[in-house]
This record gives sequence, C-alpha cells and structure tokens, in this order.
Amino acid sequence: MPTVRVRLYATVRKYAPPGCHEGTFSVELPEGSKLEDLYRRLGIPEREVKQSFVNGRRAEPDQVLREGDEVGVFPPIAGGTEARPCGQP
Amino acid sequence: MRKLVRVNMTDTTVRVEELPEKYRFMGGRWLTSTLVADEVPATAHPLGPNNRLVFAPGIVTGTAAPSSGRISVGAKSPLTGGIKEANAGTPVAQSLARMGIAAIVIEGQPEENDEFFVLKLNKDGGELERAEDLAGLGLYEFAARVQERFGNTGFIATGPAGEKRMAMAGVCCNDTEFRPSRYAGRGGLGAVMGAKGLKAILVDDTGAPGVCIANEDLFRVGLRKLSDALREHPITRPGGTLNTLGTAALINVLNEAGGLPTRNFSSGRFEGASRIAGETIAETARQRGGKTGHSCHPGCIIRCSNIWARQDGSEHVSCLEYESVWALGANCGIDDLDTIAELIWICNDSGLDTIEAGVTLAVAMEAGLAAFGDGQAAIRLLRECALGTPLGRILGNGAAFTGRAFGLTRVPTVKGQGMPAYEPRAVKGIGVTYLTSPMGADHTAGYTVAPEILSVGGKADPLLPHGKADISTNLQVATAFLDSTGYCLFIAFAILDIPAGFEGMVETCNGVLGTAWSGEDATAIGTQILRTERSFNEAAGFTRAHDRPPEFMRYETLPPHNQVYDVPDEEIDRVAAVLTESR
Repeated sequence: MPTVRVRLYATVRKYAPPGCHEGTFSVELPEGSKLEDLYRRLGIPEREVKQSFVNGRRAEPDQVLREGDEVGVFPPIAGGTEARPCGQP
Repeated sequence: MRKLVRVNMTDTTVRVEELPEKYRFMGGRWLTSTLVADEVPATAHPLGPNNRLVFAPGIVTGTAAPSSGRISVGAKSPLTGGIKEANAGTPVAQSLARMGIAAIVIEGQPEENDEFFVLKLNKDGGELERAEDLAGLGLYEFAARVQERFGNTGFIATGPAGEKRMAMAGVCCNDTEFRPSRYAGRGGLGAVMGAKGLKAILVDDTGAPGVCIANEDLFRVGLRKLSDALREHPITRPGGTLNTLGTAALINVLNEAGGLPTRNFSSGRFEGASRIAGETIAETARQRGGKTGHSCHPGCIIRCSNIWARQDGSEHVSCLEYESVWALGANCGIDDLDTIAELIWICNDSGLDTIEAGVTLAVAMEAGLAAFGDGQAAIRLLRECALGTPLGRILGNGAAFTGRAFGLTRVPTVKGQGMPAYEPRAVKGIGVTYLTSPMGADHTAGYTVAPEILSVGGKADPLLPHGKADISTNLQVATAFLDSTGYCLFIAFAILDIPAGFEGMVETCNGVLGTAWSGEDATAIGTQILRTERSFNEAAGFTRAHDRPPEFMRYETLPPHNQVYDVPDEEIDRVAAVLTESR
C-alpha cells in the first residue's frame, strides 16, 4: 500500500481533506493505483485537472503511483484547451 | 497619414514628419528594430549621441482591439551592447496611436550632462521644455507633480537610476490610474533616455483624431474572433487564471516542476514558494482590500494586474507579477510578500527593471553583501541605486557587472542580461530562447514554457535537450510579429490553442492597415524582424560564441532534478542557422 504526498493548487485545493495545511496531505493507495485513481479517491472531476506533476515531472492520468511519490495537481492555470503541435500558431 | 516625431536633443528641436513609405505597415517592435537598424551605427556607444531611442505603439494599438495597448521602446542596449526592444502595456500607448503617431525618434544629446528636458506632445505637435524640478525626483513624486500641474496626462519617463545612466534602468509608463508602474523594463533603455537628457514625454491626447482603420468590416470580424478566444480560454478568460490569480500563479507551477530559480540559481525549488504564490497574493488582497483583476490599460479582457495593500489596507504598490515576485523573492531567498512589495516599490520609484534588480541582488548576496533571505538588507542595497553611491552604481549596472566586480562565476546572464524566472537546466527550451534571442536572456522572446510546462500550444518534456531549437525558433518568430501588433503577449495562450483567435489577430491587423496578410505572411514578417536584429548584433560584434550559457550551468547540477544544461551547441546554433538562411 504505497503512501503518496499530495499537493493541490488553486481551484482544486477545495478537494483537500479538511484541516490540511496549504492543500498538502498524505494518502495511502492500493498497490498499482494510478493518478486517475487518486483523482477519483479525492473526488476531483478529471475535467477540473489540467495537469499534474509526479516528483517534478509532468504526468499523464494513467501513471502508476509508487511509495513516496510527490504529486502536485493543478487546474488549467497553466493549461490549454487542446494539444496542438508545438509552435504552430 | 501616420506621423514620425523626430526629437533632436542637441539643438532641442521637434519635427513632425510623415511616416516614410518604407515603414508604412510597421508598428511596435518591427518599427523600433527597423529604425534602430537603419539609423544607429552598430558600433555606436549606447550612451553616446549616435544612439537613438525609438518609441512605437503597435499596429492595432489605440483601436477597440482587446488587450492591445502596448508600446515598444528600442535602441542599442547599454546592458547587452546589442539591439533592444522592450514593451509595456499602458494608456499612453493608446494615446500616441490615436494622435496618429507611429513613432518618436530621440536623437543627439545635450552638451551639458546634467541638462534634462521634457517633451510635451499634443495633437498639434510637440516641444521640448526644461525639466526643471521634475528631474531628480523619484517617479512617484514625479507622477504626483505631473498630475497636479497638467491633470491626467500620460507619461513615459526615466527615474533617478536612468538619469544616472545605469544599465539596469527601465522606461516607465503610467497605468490607468497614473501610477508609475508599467515598465518597458529590460535592457537599460531608461539609461539611454537619461543619456539623451530626456526626463519624460508628457502626452496630451485631447482632440486626437483616432486610429485610421482601412477596412472596418474586416477589423470587426477579427476583433470578434479574437475576443471570443480570449473569453473562452481558461488562462485568459474573465475569471480565469490570469484574471483571478495574476501571473504569479506560475510560482507554484514552476516550483512543482523544479524550475523556479532559487537563491541565485542554486536550486529549482523554493521552500517558501507557497507564501509568495499567486494564490496567496489573491487571498491576501481580498482580506486586506487590495485588488486583483486590475488592467494596465483600458480595453483589456485578461486584466492580470493587481494592487497590493499593506496590513492596514492602504495601497502599497502595483503590481506583484510573477517575474518581479520571483526575482525579488525566491531568487533572493525572500518569502515575505510585504518585503517583496517594498522592493518592487523601490524599483518603480528609482526606475529599475525588477527582473535585473532581483538577479543582481541575488548575485550581491552570493558575493556576501547580504544573507539570502535578509529582506531588510535587500531593501537597503536596492536604495543605493537611486542614491548613486559607488555601491549603488555597481548594482545599478546589473548582474553581470556586479558579478565581475565581486569575482563570481555563478552569474546567470546571457549577453550581459540577467536570466528571468525559469531555470534553463529544468526547462531546456527556454534556455535556447535565452541564448539565441537578439535581446539577451529574455523569456518573452520565445516562451517555450507554454509547451514545456503549461501544456499550451502542444506538449514538450522540459528536461529533454532535443528538439528545443525548433520550438524556440517558431515561438521567437511568432513573438516578433506579435510584439509588432501592439497586442499583449498573453493573447498567445488563447491563439496558440484556438485557431480562430489567431485568424482574428491577423484580421484585425489587416483591417487597420488594408493589407491581406495570411498566417504565413505573419511568420515571414516575424522572421524578417529577427534577421534585422541579428544582423545589427553581428555588426556590433556578436558571434555564435555569445549564444552560450554561463559556463557554471554546464557543470553545476541543479536540484531537484540534478540536471546540467545539456542542450548541445549544435542544437543551439540551429536557431541562428534558420534565421540566417537565404538572407
């Protein structure tokens, strides 16, 4: 059962457990849990998440979380509507 | 007919001419860089009589086009020794455009070093007057006296640091409530203004005829498309990120990505990040009675500016934006927003670029002049610039000069200009922009942070060194065009993701000018601007050896990712190769 450290930012901070400091808390997850499972566990609708970082690296929703991972979750802050090729206006 | 105002500081004459045909479709950066390249010898001393200082509002500035109140300022830079364009969002840009003024060119120099003048412009022309008691003042007192004497008159001014010709001095414009807070900050253009003996330009737009629009229907179509895109995109829309949290929303994002330069670029994470983040700024503004969603000029949809209040609710300073808060906060190890606000106030009052100021203070801390995190010591050091003490003159000439004065190697500059708020070892593409932009280290010149960190305009892994030359080149080209339109760079978030917004941007330009530019034409114009700028720099003595990172970034690893800057020289040089092809 890996335990991960979670930081929620800006408008998704409202999904943090009551009483936690600055949207930061730890969560224990079943083995093999993915980032999207974490969103479900916290009740964050996926459309409200633009991007997450795991250990400082941008991560997709299907990334498997491991013991000690640090997860930062952001709304579209910081985030487009749809991916397009880089630098193509 | 658009006008060119020529101001000769040697014989104190002002001439209003018709804008020559060659420059007919140009505005903003396109016009300032072309005029500088045409009229300034590349080997001229930046503070001497042969440099010229050029001001130009953008192509659509002064119209109803949203978020388009920008003015470009150009000259040969005393900080980098190369060509420079810096721009600001301000009502005075809109006033000049509505008066039909395409550009103001300041030439020559008074014979007496301490002579200062103000240029007064109105719909009938302009004249130079002695600055009298307006010279030597901090810019808040200057702004108050201008308002008291002339009413709500727009201004473009240089502060005490610029009067003393310091290479960290920016050019200051008024905001919507006539605060001295909107800066064309980078590259020491305030020092060029000071060296010209020009304290300020005062602009009275009473009776201005307005901007001539060649094709009103097309302009309206484009305006609607662009406005819709800005109102739709989550970053730019009313109630969106920039509007509610300001640009400092980026503090937490860059910190999480390990790319927030901390304590003079010795780490990519700052333990005090959450205390200075946009979320905290917005919440504190709400509690104390400050303001978020403030606009730097009328007609902005995004409205990303803010007003910071003291604990007692009184106004302290506008504005706490990302790069300023980073520079004077995380980069100096300072995590107290009231201290950071005071440092920004000192920059606004002294006429200093906040980015260069923060990079320089951190270098000074590295040199042992103050401890990292010591906000009161930072305040004392920064005040020295306006006072013109020997130490103030060292600091006032920027990070590279200060690093040399104290024998340091960890000096984060490119072409003499301090690096902004994104660590190149953690965001490799922005490093390519810092290294290859004709402007020196400048994040706005090609904001690869959008795809690398924010997932806007595609996605790219920030830590991978490969493929970054293409991303940087494309964005540098698009930005050179955008900097010429008069639009705020932040419309890029919307138009990179929403194709109709991009179309609308081009259509508003076509509407004003009567042109039929396509997206490809915009790219060709952007490329041409960059080539003009690079040619100037080559003639000034720049080679590809100047497109290199400060050496410490090649061997010193940066936590938390423990990366060095590993984009190979051949990849970096691909930018120059593309921009010199088929010249």
